[in-house]
Amino acid sequence: MAETTFSAGLLPDDNAEHVARAAEQASVRTRWALSLPSLLIIGIFGIVPLLVIVVYSFLGAAAYGGVEWRFSTDAYVGFLFQKDIFDDTLHFAPDYLQIYLRSFLFALGTTAICLLLGFPTAYFMATRPPAQRNYWVLLITIPFWSNLLVRTLAVMLIIRDEGLLNDGLIWAGAIQKPVIMLYTNFSIVLGLFYSYLPFMILPLYASLEKMDFRLVEAGFDLYATRGKVLRRIIMPLALPGIVAGCMLVFIPALGAYVTPLILGGGTHLMIGDLIGQQFGSGRNWPFGCAQALILMAFVLVTLTLYVRLSGGKVQQHG
Amino acid sequence: MADATTEVPLVRTGAFDLKWQPGFGVATMVCLVLLYAPMIVLFVFSFNGSDSITRWGGLPNWHWYTEAFADQEFRSAAMNTIKITVVATIISTLVATAAAIGTTRGRRFAGQGAIYTVVNLPLMVPEIITAIATLSFFSLLAQYAGINFGIGNLMLAHTVFCIPFAYMPIRARLEGMDERLEQAAADLYATPWQAFKRVTLPLLVPGISAGTALAFIVSFDDFTITQLVAGPGQTTLPLYIWAKTRRPLTPELNAMCTILLAISILFVVGSFLIANRRRSKTE
Repeated sequence: MAETTFSAGLLPDDNAEHVARAAEQASVRTRWALSLPSLLIIGIFGIVPLLVIVVYSFLGAAAYGGVEWRFSTDAYVGFLFQKDIFDDTLHFAPDYLQIYLRSFLFALGTTAICLLLGFPTAYFMATRPPAQRNYWVLLITIPFWSNLLVRTLAVMLIIRDEGLLNDGLIWAGAIQKPVIMLYTNFSIVLGLFYSYLPFMILPLYASLEKMDFRLVEAGFDLYATRGKVLRRIIMPLALPGIVAGCMLVFIPALGAYVTPLILGGGTHLMIGDLIGQQFGSGRNWPFGCAQALILMAFVLVTLTLYVRLSGGKVQQHG
Repeated sequence: MADATTEVPLVRTGAFDLKWQPGFGVATMVCLVLLYAPMIVLFVFSFNGSDSITRWGGLPNWHWYTEAFADQEFRSAAMNTIKITVVATIISTLVATAAAIGTTRGRRFAGQGAIYTVVNLPLMVPEIITAIATLSFFSLLAQYAGINFGIGNLMLAHTVFCIPFAYMPIRARLEGMDERLEQAAADLYATPWQAFKRVTLPLLVPGISAGTALAFIVSFDDFTITQLVAGPGQTTLPLYIWAKTRRPLTPELNAMCTILLAISILFVVGSFLIANRRRSKTE
């Protein structure tokens, strides 16, 4: 019936298609328009600045911060080599490389400790009765969204030489004089662990919560021990969460700024501080920009690895 | 190991508990203690009767809070923080809501993935990089174009990283919402604006509130970007607290830190309650 009435018109199907396509185009235009303000703000004040530091990294350093407009690769050369002030020859100087190595080790160590303690915690949360789980998530979410600076300062107050922990140990008679914990490798890794633990627990919880426990039951039916069930069934099923959690801890830990600033005391530098210092007391903007780009490259490599490993879209936290 | 055995009955439903693993309860308690102990210490010593920061003395009192509120610099830092946070939260929530609607409604279109990536970009870039990039950008603007927005620099910088935090919960809410409701409104001759105002927006309120809360928290708490971008006279609360640690420490620092923590916790718990209430209503 419908077909006969349509065929009476002039190219009716074409017309309907035209209308539909025009409507679709209008809708796409509207949706671009809706997204435009966000894109403009992030584009101008988020992406253009990143391009600025690419340009800056190839310029000369001005004496009191800022840049001199001449092409120079000093910022990159200076990463690995030091120029002799007398004969201008280059010597290999591993000082900065050491900071990178330290940052990597700290970030890796932090990720490992977070996984070690975070996995049991996420599993424990995921096996609570459903009505309780939300409150467990809230318990982990509160530190996640609490002020990082303040939380790190709190750690500092506790592990200081005259802090609560040393005072307590002396009072208990365990030690005679304070154990130096602040401004050591230990304090930085502790701080990183403390800062990023929720980043590990939350994605782990998300993947453990969806787990089908009938598979665990099947494992036990086949005479698996608890350890075997954990290693062969639960952990493989939680792998996407494990990978996501490790990324979410490793990436921010690698570029950490606040933690080494407060708990490292300027002696145990990480990449983040090295970059920050170039814009403060160090005052070599091009060098700082170059370091930022090298860090960014590491982050991109890690992200790419993650996308490969997880074979899907990058998951967002929050 | 005593802890592990005491919590078994909680989990056990029968003679054999499938889900139990040895020591996991203990690990959970360790994590919770490590996460909360520093915050609790900070809180407790903010009421210290002596002027030592971690040695208790005297009777608990409000002295350090009154001291903090009487501090002129603390108050001006609070004013700056409020200005920046309110502006950044409002702008980012508005534009993120629009973008979330633009990227979830109707058929997928070319460029949608690109929009998603750009909107989430601020999350991928380490904060210190964003910080120095923004600083370089604004110094370039000031030097060669003579443009300096003053405290507006910080407002813009905050807006950028608030957008993805506002965007995500709003987008999640939209994805869970039935698009046919809006189509039904259109069938009943509602204009797109009416359909938005009468159907989409009311349903979107929990997502927008969660987004607003997150944007508020990340802006309110930001230290790294603010520290590098802030010009003279643009001290915010986190910056002021950091400056305070460079002077002799008194429990006044604890009081200020506690105030900051309390505000973020208030917003987290608030958005949790909103989400929970909505969920129980729809279920």
